[in-house]
Amino acid sequence: LRLIYTTTAVQRKNVGASGPEKYTEAFIKKQIEEFNLGKRHLANMMGEDPETFTQEDIDKAIAYLFPSGLFDKQARPMMKHPTEIFPEQRKIQWGEDGRPLHFLFYTGKQAYYSLMHETYEKLLNVQKYQDELTAQDLPPKKEKKNLAGSRWLTKIELEEMLLEKLSDDDYSRFVQLLQKLMTLPCGDIEEKYIQKFSKAVPVQLQKVVTEPLKYDEQGVAFSTGEGTRKTARATAVVYDNGTGKITVNGIDILHYFPVLQDREQLLFPFQFLGRVGKHDMVCTVSGGGRSAQAGAIRLASAKALRSFVTEKEVEFMRQAGLLTLDPRVKERKKPGQEGARRKFTWKKR
Amino acid sequence: DDKLLSEPLGHPDFFNVQELFSLKDLFDARVHLGHKKGCRHRFMEPYIFGCRLDQDIIDLDQTMQHLQLALNFTAHIAYRKGIILFVSRKRQFCHLVESTARDCGEYAHTRYWQGGLLTNAHIQFGSGVRLPDLLIFLSSLNNVFEPHVAIRDAAKMNIPTVGVVDTNCNPCLITYPIPGNDDTPSAMELYCKLFRMTIIRAKDKRRQTEVFNELR
Repeated sequence: LRLIYTTTAVQRKNVGASGPEKYTEAFIKKQIEEFNLGKRHLANMMGEDPETFTQEDIDKAIAYLFPSGLFDKQARPMMKHPTEIFPEQRKIQWGEDGRPLHFLFYTGKQAYYSLMHETYEKLLNVQKYQDELTAQDLPPKKEKKNLAGSRWLTKIELEEMLLEKLSDDDYSRFVQLLQKLMTLPCGDIEEKYIQKFSKAVPVQLQKVVTEPLKYDEQGVAFSTGEGTRKTARATAVVYDNGTGKITVNGIDILHYFPVLQDREQLLFPFQFLGRVGKHDMVCTVSGGGRSAQAGAIRLASAKALRSFVTEKEVEFMRQAGLLTLDPRVKERKKPGQEGARRKFTWKKR
Repeated sequence: DDKLLSEPLGHPDFFNVQELFSLKDLFDARVHLGHKKGCRHRFMEPYIFGCRLDQDIIDLDQTMQHLQLALNFTAHIAYRKGIILFVSRKRQFCHLVESTARDCGEYAHTRYWQGGLLTNAHIQFGSGVRLPDLLIFLSSLNNVFEPHVAIRDAAKMNIPTVGVVDTNCNPCLITYPIPGNDDTPSAMELYCKLFRMTIIRAKDKRRQTEVFNELR
């Protein structure tokens, strides 16, 4: 038997990449002590009281002492509590005798599988409860839950919660299990458990509230509206009991808009509602060109007319496109091209 | 300390596992029912009592012997504080097996088996891992009706295996096969109950003997 000497380099040949660096508890503790000491030093430097030096003060002080012109805020010098900087990691998995601490340790994804195990247990409980109710001939509870106002946790949020990587399949399976649990009739028992994994979503559809009519000194009802188109901004005040007179920036429309097309645009909302000669309008407009100003005033008057009209007609107006802001603006010119879309003349040789 | 470990090895049935089950219990839990004649595995023929209406019937006398040996072995492993891993790829009994393992204080793996779990453990888990000292298969096939990869891996890593083999399974690489039904809920509950009782018994015995030794 000969003793073969090998170098350390050869011994460690086939070691795979060992994940992200593990921060020991002692290391984190030391970092926290250093942070606290540094905080006091910084307070002394700035002439403030070390006891009442908050995180905002630290940020301001660092921004003052180390000014940086970098665009990315994350790249600038920062001083934060170590728990915010070093990501949370799972501590050691097995005890002194070598036995792992979690009973699903050998699966590899212990947090995820234990979550699945718990959720399945809740499902079995609910089924048992249902069976008991049917055995006693009681009807199952039927309560509708608010499905629209909540969403499940996203995959990233779940990963943060479990401190473990998940695959898309795993995540979809978990969501399917939760949905199954929720759809069962007696799912109310486990509602607390389900709430841990759902988040309230603020209702996005904001109902546009039509403003009420205002009355001026003579008792005439009026309402205002604002509109924009390209670079033109317009405000319109529509008065009731009128003759159909329209004034723009103090000038009559016949003089302000000589072209027929613009005047047609202005009258379109009234014509659509059948109130051509019944309202007076006073508008102010600035910016843009002649067509843009006409479009802006049209939008403003349509918005103002909402208050005079029933909800059904408002819906008709919306469907006709009178209440929609036109998003088209001038497209920017790109380098290497003559204009926004036009390219330079292509020469074959 | 030496006496603590060597004393149980003298008796053939130190933990008295024979009293935990009887032939009637096995019969009532339908352990003797196998698969159809077409699914029969060649190496299971010695364990089969006969065939009725195309369904194989497992010989319960042989099952009794094998079960006694297997339970005795698990009791010894648990007495010597070994790590026991319950493996089963039957989705129906996944929850049952995991709960059994949790109640015993041992470990379970009833999910998708990643390739290098046993053979590549030092890279997958970390450098100081301790591998299981016994693998208990409550169903030795995986979802595609092929032998579970863990049987071969345990044989490679010199880890003894105890497994419930049905008439369509291959009992070759399993150290302590238990011919029996692995599809019926009653049979699985019986196995889980037996393993749980043996492991708890063995651990209690160990604790008691340690306490006695300390008192002296």
